[in-house]
Amino acid sequence: MSVNTTTTADSQAPAKQGVSLPAPAAATGNVKIMRTAGAILLAIGVAAPFLSGNFLIFQLTMMMIYAIAILGLNILTGFNGQFSLGHGAFYAVGAYTAAIMMDQFGIGYLWTLPIAGIVCFVVGFLFGLPALRLDGVYLALATFALAVVTPQLFKLTPFEHWTSGVMGIVISKPDAPFGLPLNPDQWLYFLTFAIGLLAYVCARNLVGSRTGRALMAIRDNPIAARSMGVNTALFKSLAFGVSALYTGVAGALGAIVVQYISPDSFHFALSVALVVGLVVGGVGWLPGALFGGAFIMFVPNIAEELSKGLSGAVYGVIMILMMYAIPTGLGGLLKAALGALSKRSTTR
Amino acid sequence: MELLVQQLVTGIATGGIYACMALAVVMIYQAIHHLNFAQGEMAMFSTFIAWQMLAWGVPYWLVIPLTVVISFAGGVAIERLVIRPLGDAPVLSHIVVFIGLFAIINSLAGFIWDFTIKPFPSPFGEGSQFGGLISNHQVGMIAVTMTVLVILFLFFQYTRVGLAMRAAAENPASARLVGIRVGWMIALGWGMAAAIGAIAGILIAPIVFLEPNMMLSILLYGFAGAVLGGLTSPTGAVFGGFMVGIIENLAGTYIPEIGGELKLPIALFLIVTVLVFKPTGLFGRTVVQRV
Repeated sequence: MSVNTTTTADSQAPAKQGVSLPAPAAATGNVKIMRTAGAILLAIGVAAPFLSGNFLIFQLTMMMIYAIAILGLNILTGFNGQFSLGHGAFYAVGAYTAAIMMDQFGIGYLWTLPIAGIVCFVVGFLFGLPALRLDGVYLALATFALAVVTPQLFKLTPFEHWTSGVMGIVISKPDAPFGLPLNPDQWLYFLTFAIGLLAYVCARNLVGSRTGRALMAIRDNPIAARSMGVNTALFKSLAFGVSALYTGVAGALGAIVVQYISPDSFHFALSVALVVGLVVGGVGWLPGALFGGAFIMFVPNIAEELSKGLSGAVYGVIMILMMYAIPTGLGGLLKAALGALSKRSTTR
Repeated sequence: MELLVQQLVTGIATGGIYACMALAVVMIYQAIHHLNFAQGEMAMFSTFIAWQMLAWGVPYWLVIPLTVVISFAGGVAIERLVIRPLGDAPVLSHIVVFIGLFAIINSLAGFIWDFTIKPFPSPFGEGSQFGGLISNHQVGMIAVTMTVLVILFLFFQYTRVGLAMRAAAENPASARLVGIRVGWMIALGWGMAAAIGAIAGILIAPIVFLEPNMMLSILLYGFAGAVLGGLTSPTGAVFGGFMVGIIENLAGTYIPEIGGELKLPIALFLIVTVLVFKPTGLFGRTVVQRV
């Protein structure tokens, strides 16, 4: 049995399904709340780069990049029930694909994004094949190994010609095209914003589609899914591939925004951060990715401010306390709050 | 030929460390069916405690038992305070908590003892045996690992507590019915795993030097050993640990692409290969699933 189903089974898009709410009126009320929240977020997102300094814009851009990566991880873990502690590896592959293409072949940065996505899709699909035979703890273990090994893989001598080994690759920051009145930071922000939006819409449609239902069926009961005619092997590998594609695109964007990559940028901590972001945002709740991204971008800084030397410990304590207090993440918390709210409005 | 023998011996010696780590991992896996990703950090912290006591001038023969006892208490405390309240939470929650522990212990060690690399004296002194073939420390590592193994074997085979622990791991419900306090048996398992980890840390520290991040790759090799031998078999884990040590050294020597210090991908390769072709490991039991 996959043991994780208890959190994930009932935590999908509360807006769409209105999970176990008493009246349909309440459900539509929730949709309204969610839509309004979405519109407000969108407006804030568009306005933010004009109201904040360049460093904050950079941080917000990175936040969205992490959110895209977490979105990918969520498709795999939240909707297909497969763990990955190793998504930093796909992020790294995406980043290196983009960087090498720009550095060695002088290809335009926009073109590197889809190609990084495709490369990561293939890599993820291939890694998904052996992962098919693993579940639960074993998959966590294999992907943990992947995460720990990643920096060393990119240091290997046979690849040194491409990756420049430990030296890393420096990338120049692209300017805004078509003479748009934006500085490079603002342009990258909007590029990431657009890609993030596209990624979210695609993920949402994927989850709502026939394929999405097949993925969830596999998550909830692989054997039942198979006997209903779902090709579990194909869909599980596909989920890995799509998930890696998202994370890879995020990695490519990350490389362009940070302007520098080296094997040690993709330390084990990156993979950990992505998992933490996923859990904080809510496993199986797509908008949670944004909150997860915000958490892993800003909470370490807050922890740093609370205690200079002990930031890691503060971060760890926050993580553990969250697991005790709200194990379903912000998604679960929000859903519970909305549920309570609509229950009260119907009883009135 | 001499190179081969040399590498085999080195492999067995480092394999002993991996065997200890693998054993600690398997002990906790047996008790709670989760992999403790913070195992390496716990061992690292224990090693720092030992280092601190040495720095205060406590004699070595006293440092080791003290460290083992403190680590044991620490392991029990972690189980009681952090892991037990989790109960039957889903796997992902457990993983996040382990990672949280990882971050906390790592950061604490860095805060208390900072991140500079520290030399750690070998408990067996300098010098070597058999005409320079094997250093005293390596002989000591192999001997200590073997001793730990024998003690554990006797403990689990012939003592009441050992049998009770096995019963609690095997079938918690029935064990509780015959009067075994399953919760405390699990805590005991954590304590013992922490103590074994402490020994592994003290043995490996003279080789890799002491610093807060020293255990991450060791833990990975430990995992590889545990997987190779089978996560359900302590004997298998030990065998697996030795095998990983030997394979790592031979591959590092004879496959030029891998080179000296970049041997970590071997662990990934081993883990994935074993999990794909024989997920139960060499000695593990097959766990049958019900629909």
